[in-house]
Amino acid sequence: MSSKGRFTTSVGSVRRGKRIALILRVLLAIVMLIFALFPVLWIISASFNPTGSLVGQPLIPSNPTLANYERLFNNPVNPYPRWYVNSLFVATTVTIFATAITTLAAYAFSRFNFRSRRPLLQAILLIQVFPNFLNMVAIFLILQQFGRYIPALGLNTYGGLFLVYLGGTLGANTWLTKGYFDSIPRDLDEAATVDGASGWQVFWVVLLPLVRPILVVVALLTFIGTYSEYVLARVLLTDKYMYTLAVGLNQMVSQQFAQSWGVFSAGALLAALPTILIFMFFQRYLVGGLTTGAVKG
Amino acid sequence: MSAATQKVPGGAQAPPGAAPTGILSWILRILALALIDGITIWLVYQMVFDGYVPLAATLALVTIWVNIVFLSGRFYPLRYVAPGLALMVIMVLYPILFTFYVSFTNYGTGHLVTKEVAIEVIESQTYLPADATVYRWTAYKNPAGQYKLWLVNPDDPTEVFTVVPGEEPVAHTGEPPAELDGFTQIPTNQLFGELGALSSLTFGVKPDSAFQVSQTSLGQAARFEQQYVYDPAQDAMIDQQTGEVYYNVNGTFTSESGKTLTPGFAVMTGFQNYVRLFTDPTLSSTFLQVFIWTVVFALMSVFLTFVLGMFLAIVFDVPEMPLRAPLRSLLLIPYTIPAFVAVPVWVGLLNPQFGIISQMIATFTGGWVPAWFTDPIWAKVGILLIQTWLGFPYMFVVVTGALQTLPNDIYEAADLDGANAWAKFRKITLPLLLVTVGPLLVASFAFNFNNFVVISLYNQGGPPMPNTPTPVGYTDILATYTYNIAFGAQGRQDFGYASAITMMIFLILFIITQFQFRYTNMLEERGRNV
Repeated sequence: MSSKGRFTTSVGSVRRGKRIALILRVLLAIVMLIFALFPVLWIISASFNPTGSLVGQPLIPSNPTLANYERLFNNPVNPYPRWYVNSLFVATTVTIFATAITTLAAYAFSRFNFRSRRPLLQAILLIQVFPNFLNMVAIFLILQQFGRYIPALGLNTYGGLFLVYLGGTLGANTWLTKGYFDSIPRDLDEAATVDGASGWQVFWVVLLPLVRPILVVVALLTFIGTYSEYVLARVLLTDKYMYTLAVGLNQMVSQQFAQSWGVFSAGALLAALPTILIFMFFQRYLVGGLTTGAVKG
Repeated sequence: MSAATQKVPGGAQAPPGAAPTGILSWILRILALALIDGITIWLVYQMVFDGYVPLAATLALVTIWVNIVFLSGRFYPLRYVAPGLALMVIMVLYPILFTFYVSFTNYGTGHLVTKEVAIEVIESQTYLPADATVYRWTAYKNPAGQYKLWLVNPDDPTEVFTVVPGEEPVAHTGEPPAELDGFTQIPTNQLFGELGALSSLTFGVKPDSAFQVSQTSLGQAARFEQQYVYDPAQDAMIDQQTGEVYYNVNGTFTSESGKTLTPGFAVMTGFQNYVRLFTDPTLSSTFLQVFIWTVVFALMSVFLTFVLGMFLAIVFDVPEMPLRAPLRSLLLIPYTIPAFVAVPVWVGLLNPQFGIISQMIATFTGGWVPAWFTDPIWAKVGILLIQTWLGFPYMFVVVTGALQTLPNDIYEAADLDGANAWAKFRKITLPLLLVTVGPLLVASFAFNFNNFVVISLYNQGGPPMPNTPTPVGYTDILATYTYNIAFGAQGRQDFGYASAITMMIFLILFIITQFQFRYTNMLEERGRNV
């Protein structure tokens, strides 16, 4: 839909006025691009800059080097590669389970009529308004208690972290997925049931392949959210080798800030890659999912 | 067919498939449930024993519910919801209730364990009475490196026994043999070398039969006595050595002379935390300051990102604008960068000495650079600058999408009435946009109200406010303020007070969500009237 009628001041606009307006628009675009991309370009440049410190940095380094990247991966104090693997591991595991949990629940909410359906949906929405990390004290103490008896689920374990993250699965994504299920005609269910399918088979065989697009959205949003999660990871993970990138990278920063800027830039750039790539590749899916109310983080 | 597809009010129909009744399904369910039940029963038993009753009760209830859902055909749909719901109850709902409970206690440094555990720990302490019996010992060692003592009471030669760390004494008679149950007597010439290890051990079982070897008086070992005994009648610990009574004062056993025993334990303190919050002038004024900044921060974040995003969306949404799709992708990039990367990068850019943005500012102002991290005002400006950078792409994309849905005929009517661009924006575009985007704005407000990451990574909430009872900074929001109280200083962790503040945050969020629902309805009304 064109906006032609919207922003012109009179019906017969002068062609030159239009051209000036266009030039202004393009100029604005350039300014905004600088604003948006300058920090990114700068850390790209810093990561290849041999001086490695904050002081005196040109935008295009005179003799680019991979030294910072080498130092990043061979640092005895900060196990960056380990952090990277940890982050990917945690995000992937949580994504798999969370998507499964969400899809199963959404199926039931969409296809079955049971008395607690509406109250449960509303309760879920209401409870998930409160960000999980606000309960950090309680979660900390709960995991401490669990850890006394089941070490794999205690503080500073991924088991405990998974429990916490997965506890917050049911929420906006459930509504999103349920909406998608709702849009699939029930005739398919009917046909399958007539053929003798059980509830599970209707889900697994008939509907699951059809809801794949929304599963992709949910999985991607969950991955991005888990990958970027900082607060709970920082509270619950106390061992350096267990850190995710979010926690580890910022520890790197607080140590010798100005001196290791080049190394930090390399680390920051690599850390940002997964989410940047995901957004770029799946832009259309995600933008649609985001505008229906699921806010990042 | 029409009857079968007829919709039941509420949106869903009769179940597509009945609950499975196959034998395989039964077996699988029973096995899985048996495993879950077994673990839960074991866990619950342990927890109750240690005094962690609420969590144990929750676990038990949830497990019972799961059993019912998976065994009864009537609750078939709930089986699909069960995993998510069980996790949500244990990891979200229970913590909320637990936080509520903790806010009425003094849980924190000095009050970390339950009363049962505290009593147990204190009662295991021992002392050496002045009139203790001194035994003569002979030491044994086995190939595994464990020790055993043969003790003889010099005043009563019939009192002869052996004792190993962690076990009750075993009576014996006669003289110490060379070999005893796999233990060999340590030769005299090696005794001195083993003395250090021997005297560091406690033989026997605390506190009733604890023996220790003296390092100074060779050949002597003494029996230690339990130092404190809990008296339920007085709710106090009594020192057996001195007779001093330590009364239970709010979770710490304190004597009249002011001495205390560790560990302390958590007790209910009623509304004390809330009262402290509202009546203690420094605490309440701090809370108020932090609260005001939290609201301002969230409002400004939404406002700035929305205004910029909307402005760009409108300006670029013309057909003659070149390369709109690549432009949108590139402008999206700030939003795609995780906050834990973006904030430290900006902190580097703004660094007053070395950051390139500060340096560029300095070239224009002849050296003056905003104190991005040490001045309260500039710190807030810096944070909002980062917020705008991070958030405007989202608003830009959303508004661009929303603009496509605006109907053209209203604009044509406005043109006929001679409306100018600004009037058309104010009276048509903006109201219609707010209808679509309104809920997202409120969601963004709620998100930024608790945007811990940005605040914490910028400057840990600093610069610090002077003269405050708990560490607070000028850019702290309620969430980071609470975090500092709970986890900030080692040795000054006040979970009780932090929980009270958390409940206040919940209350505020609840009010906001009420407004959100009402606002969304109101916007829909307005949208219909445009």
